[in-house]
Amino acid sequence: MDQNLHLWLIPLLPLLGALINGALGRRFSRQAVATVALASTAAAFGMALMVAASFSGLAHVPYVESHGPWIQITGFTVNFTFLLDQLSLVMLLVVTGVGFLIHIYSVGYMADDDGYYRFFAYLNLFMFFMLMLVLANNYLLMFVGWEGVGLASYLLIGFYFLKDSASQAGKKAFIVNRIGDFAFLLGMFMMTKYFGTLDYTSIFSQVLSNPAQFPVETGGAGLLTLIAFCLMIGATGKSAQIPLYVWLPDAMEGPTPVSALIHAATMVTAGIYMVARSNVIFNHAPMALTTVAVIGALTAIFAASIGIVQTDIKRVLAYSTISQLGYMFMACGVAAYSAAIFHLMTHAFFKALLFLSAGSVIHALGGEQDMRHMGGLRKYIPWTFGVMAVGTIAIAGIPPFAGFFSKDEILWKAFSSSSNGWIFWAIGLVTALMTSFYMFRLLFMTFFGERREAANAHDAHASAHGGHSDHGHGTPHESPWVMLTPLVLLAILSTVGGWVGIPHSMGGNNHFEKFLEPVFVHEGGQETEIEGTATWTNKLPPTKETTGEPAEAAHANTSTELLLTGISVAAGLIGLALAWFLYVSRPELPARIAHNLGNLYTTVLNKYYVDEIYQEAVVDPIVEGSTDILWRGVDVGIVDGAVNGAGTSAQAAFGTLRKMQSGNIRSYAGWVALGAALVVGYMVWMGIQ
Amino acid sequence: MMTNELQYLSILPELILTIFGMLIMVLDPLMADRASRKPMGWLAFVGTLAALGATFYQGTHPVAGTAFFGMVRTDAFSIFFHVVVIVIAALAILSSLDYLETQGIRSGEYYGLILLGTVGMGLLSSAMELVMLFIALEISSISTYILAGYRRRVAASAESSIKYFLLGSFATAFFLYGVALIYGATGSTNITAISQALHNNHISSLTYLALVLMFVGMGFKVAVTPFHVWTPDVYEGAPAPVVALMSTGPKAAAFALMLRVLFGSFGELSQWWLPLIWISAALSMTIGNVGALLQNNVKRMLAYSSIAHAGYLLVAFAAGQDMGIAAAIFYTATYAAMNVGAFAVVSHFASRGERYVSIDDYAGLGRRSPVLAITLTIFMLSLIGIPLTGGFFAKFYVFSAALKSNLVWLTIIGLVNSAIAAYYYLRLIVVMYMKEGDDSVTLVPVPVATAAALLIAAGLTIYLGVMPGGVLGYALLGAQDLMR
Repeated sequence: MDQNLHLWLIPLLPLLGALINGALGRRFSRQAVATVALASTAAAFGMALMVAASFSGLAHVPYVESHGPWIQITGFTVNFTFLLDQLSLVMLLVVTGVGFLIHIYSVGYMADDDGYYRFFAYLNLFMFFMLMLVLANNYLLMFVGWEGVGLASYLLIGFYFLKDSASQAGKKAFIVNRIGDFAFLLGMFMMTKYFGTLDYTSIFSQVLSNPAQFPVETGGAGLLTLIAFCLMIGATGKSAQIPLYVWLPDAMEGPTPVSALIHAATMVTAGIYMVARSNVIFNHAPMALTTVAVIGALTAIFAASIGIVQTDIKRVLAYSTISQLGYMFMACGVAAYSAAIFHLMTHAFFKALLFLSAGSVIHALGGEQDMRHMGGLRKYIPWTFGVMAVGTIAIAGIPPFAGFFSKDEILWKAFSSSSNGWIFWAIGLVTALMTSFYMFRLLFMTFFGERREAANAHDAHASAHGGHSDHGHGTPHESPWVMLTPLVLLAILSTVGGWVGIPHSMGGNNHFEKFLEPVFVHEGGQETEIEGTATWTNKLPPTKETTGEPAEAAHANTSTELLLTGISVAAGLIGLALAWFLYVSRPELPARIAHNLGNLYTTVLNKYYVDEIYQEAVVDPIVEGSTDILWRGVDVGIVDGAVNGAGTSAQAAFGTLRKMQSGNIRSYAGWVALGAALVVGYMVWMGIQ
Repeated sequence: MMTNELQYLSILPELILTIFGMLIMVLDPLMADRASRKPMGWLAFVGTLAALGATFYQGTHPVAGTAFFGMVRTDAFSIFFHVVVIVIAALAILSSLDYLETQGIRSGEYYGLILLGTVGMGLLSSAMELVMLFIALEISSISTYILAGYRRRVAASAESSIKYFLLGSFATAFFLYGVALIYGATGSTNITAISQALHNNHISSLTYLALVLMFVGMGFKVAVTPFHVWTPDVYEGAPAPVVALMSTGPKAAAFALMLRVLFGSFGELSQWWLPLIWISAALSMTIGNVGALLQNNVKRMLAYSSIAHAGYLLVAFAAGQDMGIAAAIFYTATYAAMNVGAFAVVSHFASRGERYVSIDDYAGLGRRSPVLAITLTIFMLSLIGIPLTGGFFAKFYVFSAALKSNLVWLTIIGLVNSAIAAYYYLRLIVVMYMKEGDDSVTLVPVPVATAAALLIAAGLTIYLGVMPGGVLGYALLGAQDLMR
C-alpha cells in the first residue's frame, strides 16, 4: 500500500500565501507580509524534502495522486491528477529550494519598496503555478500552470509600473508567449483527437505499445512529428529560443529577484521540462528532435555573441540565460534529456546566484546597472564579489564547479549522438568559450580596475529605481545578511551541485543520469512495453552500464570523452584569459577593437536588429494593414468612436446626427444587402456546380 | 400529447416573466413622477428569480416533451438556454438599478421591457415552429430596440436605437421571407416536419433560397460578418447595461435559433451551409479582433470583441456533431457570464452621462478601486482565454471539437486570432494597473446591487473555468436533445 504524499498541498501552500498577502497584505506590517510569504514557501520546500525522503520507499514510481475527474465528457476525460516521478522530483526540489532562497533574498532587496505586499503576493502566486506545472499529470493541467506562470511573470515584470518601459516589457513577454501557447494548444488538440486523452502516462503508453500504429517517423512527418513540432514551438516561447526569445531581455525590467527566480531558474526552464517530459513523443519524431537541436545550438551561440557586447549587467545575464537555455534545448534535441535536466538544475543554482549577486551590486550602487559605471567594487563589497566569482567560474565550465559537469555532459552527448554530432559539439564549444569570456568580462568590469562612477548619471538612475534612491550617494555598501545568506548557500550549491553527475570517465558514477533513467529510457522499463520497440534512445550510444560493448571500445570512448573534456576546459580558460587581457591588463583595447570592427560591432550591439525586423515585418504590417486595407474606404466609422467617446458636447451630437442623415444607415443596410447577395450568389453558384 | 396542466408547465418561465412584466407596466404609472424606480427593478429581479425557479422545476420534473400541438418543446436544450437568458436578464437588472439613478432615468417600463424581451429569448430556445420562432425573435428584438434608445436626451442613444431598429427589421424581413419560402417548398413550418420532408422528398431549389435567406436574418441577429456592421455603433450609443443584455441575451437566443434551424431542420443540407459558416467564422474572428485593436472606446472595443466571439462560436457550428454543438452551447453560457460582467463594470464606471468610456479613463483603477479592477481583470482574462477562467475552456472545447472534425485551418485561424486578441484585452489591464490615474475621473463606491451582479458574474466565470464538468455535461445533453 502506497503512502499518501498529499502532493496537492505543495502548490496550495504558496497559493494560500498569495491569497492572504493579496487580500490583507495592505494592512500588514512588512514583517508580517514577509513571514506569510516565507512561511508558505518554506512549508512547500519542507514538503518537497519530505517527499524526496520517502521517494525511495514508494511502492510505485511514477506515483500518481488522483483527485477525481476534472472534465468528463463522452470519450474524453481529464483528471485532476498529480504525478511524482524522478523528473518531477528534481524539478520540485529545484523550484521550491531555489524559490525559497530567492524569497529570503527578496526580503532584503525589496525592503524599501512601496509595493512590498504586492510583490510577495505575486511571487507566491508564481510559485503556485510553477508547482502546478511541474506536478501535473496531464497536458491540460500543465497548461494551466504554463499560462499561470506567464501571468505571474507579466505582473512581476511590470512591477515597476511607473516605468513605461517596464509595462511595455511585460506586455511584450505576454504577447510573444501567446504565440508559443497557440502552438502548444494546437498540439494538445491533436493529442485529444488521436489519443482521446491528455494524460502523460496514457499517451506515452499508447505510443510505446503500438509500434505498428506509431512507428518512429524516420521517413517523413507523421502525426507524432506534427505534435512534437507544436510542442516545440510552445517551448521556444516559454524557454526563450529562436525565434521567440525577444521577450526575455526586455523582461529584465522587473525587480532582480524576479529575474533570478522566473527568468533564469524556473519559469524559462518550463519549455525544457516540457520537451523532456514528452520524450516519448519526441523520440518518435526524429525530424522534430533534430530541429530542437538546431534551434538550441543556434540560440546558444547567437545569444552568447550578443552577450559579449552588452553593457547592462542584467542584460548580459539575460542573454547568457538564453544561451544556456539553448544548451539545454540542444541536449534535448540529441535525446540527452537527463543531461538537459542536469544542466537545468546546475544552471538554476549558478544563474540564480549570478542574478542575485548582480542585484546585490545594483543594490550597493543605488540602482546603477551599467557596467561602464562600475569597476573596482571588489574592496567595497567583498562578499558579493566572492560569490559572484564562484558563479562565474561555475558557468564558465571550470572544474570542479557545477557548470563544468553538466556542460561537459551535454557536449559529450552531442558529440556522440550521431555521426554529425560534432557540429553541435563545435557550436557548443565556441559558445562555451564566449560564455566564459563575457562572464569574466562582467566580473572584471564590475569588480576590478578603477571605479568609474558616472556622477551626473547617478541621480537619474537612482530615482528611476524608486525605492533605492536613499542609497544613491556615498560609497558602495555590502548588502545585509538576509541577502547574503542565500547567496552563500547558492554559491555552495554552484560549487558542489555538479558532483551528483560525475561521469564514469572521471571515475564517478553519474548518479544523476541513473536516477532519471526510468523516465527517459523505456526499454523494458515499463510493463506496457512490447519487446522490440525501437525507440530513438536505443540508437544512441547507450550509457556504459547498459552496454555490452567490448572493453576496448569502451576504453576508446572514455579517452575520447576525456580529451573532449580537456578541450572544453581549455575553452573556458581561454575565455578567462582573454577577458583578463582585454579588461584588466589592457582596458583601452576593447574600445579600439570595437571601433575597428565597425558595422559588425554595431550590428551585434543592436542585437542583430531582430526587434526592429520583427517590428517591420510582423507588427507594422498587422497594424497598418488593418487600418489601411481593411478600413480605409469602408464607411464604417471605425475609429470615429474615439471622437464620439471623447466629446459629449453638442458638436459631437450634431456630428452623429449629421452622420445619421448623410446616409450612414443606408450604407449599413447596403452592407447587409451585399452580404445577403453574396450568400445567395454562393448558393446559386453551388447549385450550378 | 400532454394533459393541459402539463402543457402550461412547459411555458411556465415565460408565463411568470410575462406576469411580472405586465405587473410592472401597470404599477409604474401609479408611482409618483419623481420617485425612484428602484422598487420596480427589484420586482423585476424577483420575477427573474421566480422564472429561474420555474426553469429548474422543469429540469427536475417530467415535463419534457412537446406541447401546444408541437409548438414548443421542453428539453435539456431549452432548459439550458432558459437558464442562460434568465440569468443574463437578472444580472442586467441588477447592474441597471443604480445606473438608471445615476443617469436620471425614471422609468419602470425599462424593467418591464427587459422581462418581456426575456420571454422572447426563452421562447427562441423552446419553440419548434418557424412562425412561433419568428414571433419570439420579434418580441426579443423589439424590446431591445426600445431599450437601446433609453438615454433619450443623448443623440448617440437615439441613433443607436434607430439604427438597430431599421437594420434589424431589414434582417428579420429576410428571415421571414425564408420562412415563407420553406413553407412553400415543404408545406410545413415545423422544425422536425421540415427535416423529414427534406429527408424523404426531392429537395426543390426553393429550399436553398429559403436556407440562405434565413441565414442572413440569423447572421444579423448574432452579428457575424458580413452582417456585423451595425454592432459597434449600436453598442456605443445604447446604455451600458442594455449593451450587457443585448450583447449576450438576444445573441445567445439567436444562437439557439440558429442551432435549432440549421441542425434541426436543415441538417440534410449541411454540406451547403457548412462552407458559409466556415467563411463567416473566419471573417468574424479576424475582423472582430483586428477592429478591436484600433478602438479607444471600451464599449466599441467590446462590440468588436463580441463579433470575434460570435466567430469562435461559429467554429463550433462548423465542427458540428454532439461535441461541436455542446461546445457552442457551453460557449454561449461562458461568453454571457464574462461579457455581462465586463459591461456591468463599464456601466458602473461610466458614471453620469456615460462620461468615462474611453480606455484611458481606466488609468489607475487598479489603485483607486482594487475590487473593481480585479473583477474587470477576471473578465478580461477570461475573454483572452487564460486557464482557470471559463473563457479558456470555452475556447478549448470549441477548437478541440473543430480539430476533431478535421477543420485544421479554421482551428489555426481561430488560435492565431485568440493570440492577437490578447493584445487589446491586455491593454485595458495594463492601463488599469500600470498607468497613473487621472483624478478628474470621479469614482463612486460600488453600490450593493452592482456588487452582487459583479460577484455573480465573476463567480460564474471562475466556476466555469475550474469546474466546467457539470455545465458541459448538461450542454452535451442539450446537444443530444437537439439532434434527436
